[in-house]
Amino acid sequence: MARFTMTKSQLREAGQGYLFMSPAIFTILVFLIGPILFALYLAFNDVNLLGETSFDFVWFDNFIRMANDDRALIALQNTAFYVAIVVPTQTILALVLAATLNAGMKGEKWFRVIYFIPTLTSSAVLVMIFMWMYRPDGLINTILGSVGLPTYNWLNDPSVALISIMIMNIWATAPMFMVIYLAALQDIPESLYEAAELDGASAIQKFLYVTIPMLKPVTGFVIIIGIIGTFQLFDQSYMFSGGSGGPNNSTLTVVLLIYQYAFSNNQMGYAAALAVSLALIILVATLIQRKMQKNEEIY
Amino acid sequence: MKKEQPNYLKAFLYILLFSYAVITLLPFAWALSASFKPLNEILSAGLNIFPENFTFDNYVTIFTEQELFPRWLLNSVIVAVIGTALNIVFNSMAGYALARVAFPGRTTWFIIVLAVLMIPAQVTMIPNFLILKELGWLNSYQGLIVPGMINATFIFMMRQFFVNFPKEVEEAAAIDGLSRIGTFFRIVMPMAKASIGAMAIFVFMGFWNNFMAPLIIMTDASMYTLPVGLNAFQSDYATYWNYVMAASMVFTLPVLVLYILFNKYFLKGLSFRGDK
Repeated sequence: MARFTMTKSQLREAGQGYLFMSPAIFTILVFLIGPILFALYLAFNDVNLLGETSFDFVWFDNFIRMANDDRALIALQNTAFYVAIVVPTQTILALVLAATLNAGMKGEKWFRVIYFIPTLTSSAVLVMIFMWMYRPDGLINTILGSVGLPTYNWLNDPSVALISIMIMNIWATAPMFMVIYLAALQDIPESLYEAAELDGASAIQKFLYVTIPMLKPVTGFVIIIGIIGTFQLFDQSYMFSGGSGGPNNSTLTVVLLIYQYAFSNNQMGYAAALAVSLALIILVATLIQRKMQKNEEIY
Repeated sequence: MKKEQPNYLKAFLYILLFSYAVITLLPFAWALSASFKPLNEILSAGLNIFPENFTFDNYVTIFTEQELFPRWLLNSVIVAVIGTALNIVFNSMAGYALARVAFPGRTTWFIIVLAVLMIPAQVTMIPNFLILKELGWLNSYQGLIVPGMINATFIFMMRQFFVNFPKEVEEAAAIDGLSRIGTFFRIVMPMAKASIGAMAIFVFMGFWNNFMAPLIIMTDASMYTLPVGLNAFQSDYATYWNYVMAASMVFTLPVLVLYILFNKYFLKGLSFRGDK
């Protein structure tokens, strides 16, 4: 290390560097790295916030407890089901919309502007609008009924409540991934399509054999961001269920459960253990996705 | 330009584009129309998108009789504006230092910035609550603003921008006798306008739309920001959909205005992330 042999100008550079970095360093240490270490500590403790805050080291009790916690298992199942449906659906929808917008149609700029609106809108506003449309006599049932389709009790029937959230969220987030796909589509060289055309490929064949393979790296990115986002589902299930995760735990997600234990049941240690486990699950899921994509590229 | 598509395919694509535009806009149009309808017209369950008895009463009511609503709006504006201003200055400073200033530990700090990008907020949520509690910052503006006054994603984005920034400009400023800090604020930052614009929009929306942090940090109803307020409002006025929709529209308007004004930055900012 050259730390002790710095010239005056090097010292000045160092001082300026740390001066410029100081707000970031402060925030990262106090509100990111510190809390991560603190979370790991909390996960191995019973925390009591009533009266004097106290910590009681309990080894792995919090983690062992998860295996016998029915609501934790339900939350994990709900979340996994949600991820498994939403991530592929929103990815495919985003790809189809992007490809359609990229076909050289008139007014595509306007469609792009319109499609993006739900992505900008706050989850709170979207939930209010959809809760209202999802009422038994609301807009969605009225439309379904008028064309002879079955209607549902979207919010209060445990078998469809989570699906109601899925529909809303796919609608709200697919446009964001659409924009990412659009940018990538514009980078595919036109010559590839021309070559495919010479070989007599139809529009659908060009899409399947040129577009989709060329978009593979972007698809990987979209899926990873999608997984990270969907595992963290909270706002919508909290608001739809008034914080309960109901009806009958059908909209209970892992993050909502963490919230309930930490801020309603005063069990911060157990909640921290759940949060650490969730982070690990997300990490493993994204690693598996990356690995799968790498393996595919070999062939 | 793309090759001409056959007509039937073109028609099909237009139908697809139009249908999806309708699917996108219908919920908003429906909510906007409800916000101008009296409650009895909403409940009579007609499908008319244009109100029969057009009225501004819903908007007047939420601002006058629901006294907390203007306060929530004010709280949201305070938190989002101050939070965004701090992010613009601090993220740019950090990005610039990581790109341009040769200080010991630069690589380490760059790696740390990349690493904290990947941490899910749920892990830090509980410890941060305890830290804010110790600081006495629960139920305060600084409790929401200070932990969010930097953003690793945009530190990274600004670094990428400054790496490609022409060095000669800074050298010229130095020759003219400007200090480094002077150069940064008076020459470098103004030249980074486009990147800063994209960052500002996304950070502002992050504060404006955030639900979880204010839900945890703000305990008094008078300190709620709009998302939490709207949720509380909905549970208090569950059957008054006219008020809830008017409140939702007031909440959405600033973001829509921002979007229309800075549409270019939105799509650029997103596609920038998509490239990586």
